[in-house]
Amino acid sequence: MIPSIAIPALPCGNFSSVVKIIEKVGGKARIVTRPEELGDFQKVIIAGVGAFDHGMSSINSGGWLGALNSFAITRRRPILGICLGMQLLCKRSEEGALPGLGWIDADVVKFRFDPGSSLKIPHMGWNTLRVQKPNPLVPVEEGEQRFYFVHSYHAVCRDPVDVLATAHHGYEVTAALSRGNVMGVQFHPEKSHRFGMALMRRFVEL
Amino acid sequence: MLKHRVIPCLLMLNDGLVKTSRFAKAKYVGDPINAIRIFSDKEVDELMVLDIGASRGGKEPNYELIEQFAGECFMPLCYGGGVRTVEQARRLFALGVEKVCLQSAALDDLSIVTRIAEQFGSQSVLVSVDIKSNWLGKNLLYSSRSGKAIDRPWLQFLRDAVTAGAGEIVLNSVDRDGTMQGMDLALIREASAAVPVPLVAVGGAGSLKDIKAAIDSGASAVSAGALFVFHGPHRAVLITYPRYTELEALFGS
Repeated sequence: MIPSIAIPALPCGNFSSVVKIIEKVGGKARIVTRPEELGDFQKVIIAGVGAFDHGMSSINSGGWLGALNSFAITRRRPILGICLGMQLLCKRSEEGALPGLGWIDADVVKFRFDPGSSLKIPHMGWNTLRVQKPNPLVPVEEGEQRFYFVHSYHAVCRDPVDVLATAHHGYEVTAALSRGNVMGVQFHPEKSHRFGMALMRRFVEL
Repeated sequence: MLKHRVIPCLLMLNDGLVKTSRFAKAKYVGDPINAIRIFSDKEVDELMVLDIGASRGGKEPNYELIEQFAGECFMPLCYGGGVRTVEQARRLFALGVEKVCLQSAALDDLSIVTRIAEQFGSQSVLVSVDIKSNWLGKNLLYSSRSGKAIDRPWLQFLRDAVTAGAGEIVLNSVDRDGTMQGMDLALIREASAAVPVPLVAVGGAGSLKDIKAAIDSGASAVSAGALFVFHGPHRAVLITYPRYTELEALFGS
């Protein structure tokens, strides 16, 4: 059987944990090295850490842009961005100069706190979500769900309807977003114990 | 609201788990995989594993073992010990480690921190700073590799490490290590005020109250070893970790 979830082998990624949690919840994932293979899969996860431009140049130079656009926009199959992978779904980022994938109408900006604030950047650690709309990944009725975050930049959606959940760090920031088949989480479900497993199981079963 | 992280810190020596007291008297406490599995089941916020023999013995990280650790962790895993190059860091990240913790290499040359941060982001590189006070009570930077104090202002080294790209600072009080007699709150206060990145305080936690005191002194997170591996006055080995509700009550959220 063909594994249902493809994870593009971008140089900015750290995939072993993502593959591991998918297997833990009964799914199948494969790290894919050639863009033309994406068509064989039902879902894609864009996982990545590090700087925005490094992420986008990984996508551009690896020839992934066309295949990803076709997967997400033409064929409208489920696609999940994790951490930097979520930010890459947006139009642009203050962190870099390259345009993002642009599937979500959002800008990625740096955390800004008042001078003298004791709040730290990055926003690192466990935080709870405020779910903003019914969605398949983090059901509203589940009660408190906490996830592991680590990021210095966050997405600001132009259309509030794209915001799936927020978390509080100084102010409410986008913790997860979605538009149709395109979904992204700023936190790391693969590092969030049973909460992350539940989320990944729901993505696997979509 | 962001939770304060409480992080078990496991020390490895020759592939076994040990716990030290004031950086000496390493006592064997068991098999690391077993301990990590228990901590993962207890849903710890994060886990730090430090190989205290690696730099001293000039050894490479034990990748095979670390890969097994990562396989048990559905929470962030930080590894430290013997990491000197970007290539080693890359290899560790590929195994499923989220963060590498540097001390000896960073004391030699902070540019390694910069090079790792540039490629993998600041969040992936921690600098661990050990502090020991001299007979006058003055805090000195200490090298765990050589076992000696270093003639270099410690607070400036913290700032330099952050400028170089460290995403977190792990601040360890050598004199409190393994004592469970409370953390060095003055040290934590001074360090936390000096750095804009999260500070992980280690050394001396003997109770949840000690952890709370460190957080109130400015630490973003607290790491502890003895507290989570020892039980009772005779320091019997027992792996524990507070329940989430206990931590919630402790931090009053």
